Amino acid sequence: MYLDEDFRLKVGLAEMLKGGVIMDVTNAEQAKIAEDAGATAVMALERVPSDIRKEGGVARMASISKMREIMKTVSIPVMAKARIGHFMEAKVLQALKVDFIDESEVLTPADEENHIDKRPFRVPFVCGARNLGEALRRIGEGAAMIRTKGEAGSGDIVEAVRHMRTIQKEMKRLTVTDKSELPTAAKNLQAPLELVEYVAEHGKLPVPNFSAGGIATPADAALVMQLGAEAVFVGSGIFKSEDPSRRAKAIVKSATYFNDPDKLLEACEELGEAMRGINVATMAESEKLQTRGW
Amino acid sequence: MKIGVFALQGDFERHGEMLRQLGVEPVYVNRAAQLADLDALVLPGGESSTMVKLLDDEKMFDPLVEFAKTKSIFGTCAGTILLASGVTAPVQRSLQAMDISVERNAYGRQVDSSIRRVMPEQAFEERTSPGELEVVFIRAPIIRQVRGDARVLVSFDSQPILVEQGRHLAATFHPELTNDTRIHELFLAKLRQP
Repeated sequence: MYLDEDFRLKVGLAEMLKGGVIMDVTNAEQAKIAEDAGATAVMALERVPSDIRKEGGVARMASISKMREIMKTVSIPVMAKARIGHFMEAKVLQALKVDFIDESEVLTPADEENHIDKRPFRVPFVCGARNLGEALRRIGEGAAMIRTKGEAGSGDIVEAVRHMRTIQKEMKRLTVTDKSELPTAAKNLQAPLELVEYVAEHGKLPVPNFSAGGIATPADAALVMQLGAEAVFVGSGIFKSEDPSRRAKAIVKSATYFNDPDKLLEACEELGEAMRGINVATMAESEKLQTRGW
Repeated sequence: MKIGVFALQGDFERHGEMLRQLGVEPVYVNRAAQLADLDALVLPGGESSTMVKLLDDEKMFDPLVEFAKTKSIFGTCAGTILLASGVTAPVQRSLQAMDISVERNAYGRQVDSSIRRVMPEQAFEERTSPGELEVVFIRAPIIRQVRGDARVLVSFDSQPILVEQGRHLAATFHPELTNDTRIHELFLAKLRQP
């Protein structure tokens, strides 16, 4: 399946976004700030995760007119979020010609059992995952990019770290698993055998693996890159900070120079206040967005 | 021979893998100081606007312009946009290393991206090996003008998609995302020419 032409084309765009920063934006003005700061793509949504958290209600796909404005304003790829399982929002987004769809736990799920069958779409999808099984199930459904879920809108990096470490550890384990034990590994991971075999052979996912959910500082971005993320998504972390433009630039720099503490130090200077954030450890289970989807 | 792959952002690792397949160990480059001991540089696919910003912020733009005056550069997609002497949609700074004008995202958005098969010009086949080429266009640019002694090696839909000029080579597609190593081989062969 991962050799199929349509799928390669979708993964191809994900490849181009590596080493970069994808920024959440709610309007054209923010999109412009993101592009000027060096974002590789913007993610259009109705409200940033920390506002969704605060205000509650049902979070849906962004307004069409807002997305059109954003697409008109920037030349970089525009992504947009659809609710988990809401294949009609996804079809509308495809008709609008967004460049990538995020089937996202940040929005209120439309289906508590099924994710979107992403294979028939021409537009690529990215999906969240907390562990390897979840990542491979999404790829089996046609996702062309995985992002670890973290805890969106928290400004707390702890969950993003947990999910990235979990996936890396589980992949490493597969590379040393005897071939005859892979079907059982697939059963335990609740993931397609073909994909489990791919990971066992290559030691990585057949699609790029990015990080999201809780990245608020350049050091946060560098941390998840060190742990194996190939690029980062920043949601509330930019436009909920004191100086979004400066912080956006700093995070772009940290995604490129995550291996270089001197450059990171430059990126961390004179940033203004980060978003306030919520300690995930004090958060009720019901308030966690990462548990949406399976 | 020391070949760098520009690693600010994009699919630089795919280029690295392909060079390794051809027996060349790539150097990933993200600082101006690294340019000094390179014989050639690959500019990968990615977001050209992001690359230009990082080049400016890290004061690498002018060193790269100087590098291009004496050393070889091979660009794919975003890399070709950087090599061009004119960029539109929107207008963007570039290295002015080749006499080509490029329009960004000229086929449309991602849903208009495609994988095609094309027959290269005879000159290309003579220098590599014969056979059609799989070309992967991802939000690809179109080369609108080829001037001076720049030469077209592969076309698609009567538009140039692989162009060489002197030391430099520019593709609007992504050979690094295929199993066909001929274009990278061509670049390496150019470097070996006296």
